[in-house]
Amino acid sequence: MSRNGTNKLDGQRFPRVVPAGDSAILIELGSEVDPEISSRVFALTDLMRDAGLNSGLEILPTYRSVLVYYDPLVSSYAEMLDAVNGVIERLAEPANVKSSLKIVEIPVVYGGEDGPDLPFVAEHAGMTEDSVIQLHSETDYRVYMLGFSPGFPYLGGLDERIAAPRLKTPRVSVPAGSVGIAELQTGVYPNAGPGGWRIIGRTSLTLFDVNSSTPSLITPATEVRFIPVDHHD
Amino acid sequence: MTETSHGSIHVIRCGFMALVQDQGRLGFQELGVSVSGAADKEALDVGNLLVGNPHDSAALEVMLGDFEIEFSESMMFALTGAETDASLDNVPVGRYLSYKAHAGSRLSLSNVRQGLRAYISVQGGVDTPIILGSRSTHMASGIGGLEGKGLKPGDVLMVGKSVPGDVYASRCWNGEESPTDELIVRVVLGPQDDEFSESGIETFLSSTYVVSDQSDRQGLRLEGSTIETRNGRYDIVSDAVVNGSIQVPGDGKPIILLADRQTTGGYLKIATVASVDIPRLGQAPPGTRINFSAVSVEESQQLLIERQHKLSAPIKELIGDQFSLRVGDTDISVGVALSGSARILVLDGIAYPIFVDEFTSDG
Repeated sequence: MSRNGTNKLDGQRFPRVVPAGDSAILIELGSEVDPEISSRVFALTDLMRDAGLNSGLEILPTYRSVLVYYDPLVSSYAEMLDAVNGVIERLAEPANVKSSLKIVEIPVVYGGEDGPDLPFVAEHAGMTEDSVIQLHSETDYRVYMLGFSPGFPYLGGLDERIAAPRLKTPRVSVPAGSVGIAELQTGVYPNAGPGGWRIIGRTSLTLFDVNSSTPSLITPATEVRFIPVDHHD
Repeated sequence: MTETSHGSIHVIRCGFMALVQDQGRLGFQELGVSVSGAADKEALDVGNLLVGNPHDSAALEVMLGDFEIEFSESMMFALTGAETDASLDNVPVGRYLSYKAHAGSRLSLSNVRQGLRAYISVQGGVDTPIILGSRSTHMASGIGGLEGKGLKPGDVLMVGKSVPGDVYASRCWNGEESPTDELIVRVVLGPQDDEFSESGIETFLSSTYVVSDQSDRQGLRLEGSTIETRNGRYDIVSDAVVNGSIQVPGDGKPIILLADRQTTGGYLKIATVASVDIPRLGQAPPGTRINFSAVSVEESQQLLIERQHKLSAPIKELIGDQFSLRVGDTDISVGVALSGSARILVLDGIAYPIFVDEFTSDG
């Protein structure tokens, strides 16, 4: 993390606009995991989409950068650079950077079969299972980006008191909807698959539906709130 | 069996791996969905052109040959990409030329001679369900193709309707550059080249790297000289990667990300492969030697524009030196296809494979 706010948004170095090959342009807004940088990333993503300067191709927000695809058969790099720099200027208007994000609520059954590693996490933290559940569910987690697999959110904001090491040997299969902790990260597996995170609970919500045109329940620029429930609906 | 008017393809044999692929699953990367798509898009594009399909039609990507299909109906097909010993009902067929297969005909691929992945395109395209805008198979997430998996014997693939009003004739393409086991790969430096030391960049651009056997559709891992960063760090806070991103992890050996890459990555990226050179990487087997050559973004885009012109150029006539005969009202030509060494017979503008033991001129 940064020493202070000025350093974090380092006006000397960022924004940094560079080519990512011949068909994409990358705008780096920082180099760290930081809510303020993230808010600027989401703001710039919205401004880029509104400006419609890349023929509707993809725009990818990540922790600290925005990648804008374009078609080099339609626009040259120089043309894109001009257009992108014009949009970046609008980031200076405070009204364009939103501080509050939409909240996605995820009901979770903690412990038992749904969260086989809850006892370990509690023991590791030196507290009761109920305290782990309370600390895990009272934070709203910023969705910095999705990646790794379809619908997998990178969440920020885990209380460091309940951080826990990964499993030494990953499980061959973790059920879809499993909620886990790995070091200072927490997350939820949208699809069944192998996984090394400590699983403390599970949601029965479908997080990723390939047959929907809006396949992911969790999207960038939202916050996730885990709601403890006694049983699945 | 289901009655269809436009036919199907039955998988008879599949030795290694065959996948349904198209241009890829675009539009969902911000949700973590891998683009996937054909590893050699140029071969896919030409295949679609040869059988008269729209650009977004799906084909079969067959790795390392050893694959056989049966056509349920008569249809046009074309082979592009890797060079294999291919035959239609035991008669040799060539690449980069569209042929007509009859109902019940079997197309067999074996013994890869050059490259890795052969593409079979059929008139109308392979018609598996469209998932998130694409038919491409991404096995790691189980999406696309036939239930997100590789093809296996017994699978039946539907074939789509061909373009209405398309009067069908064979086409041929002779723009293929012959593959080599030494590649010069053009790259645009960045987006994080400034994080590497001068000697690191020098190492990257002057060394020969070798494709390791730990390579797949997700990326090519390269063996060779270690690339040094400015401050000894290789990990970064993750950001987006693109097709052809060259990332350098902590061991200092570059990895070129390809079709099945994840959408984000946490290593520094020294350069990005020029789009025109990515198809050749999809055909590079382990052991291929690679040298990188830096070009500007403008040069890289110019190369892409030129390639696009080449792809849209009219398809040439089918055969050069030919031997023609007239049977009744029908003209039949026999000769060697312009796209290569295959011997063909052309009847009403449609090519068929033939056996020719020996040409004699004194008949």
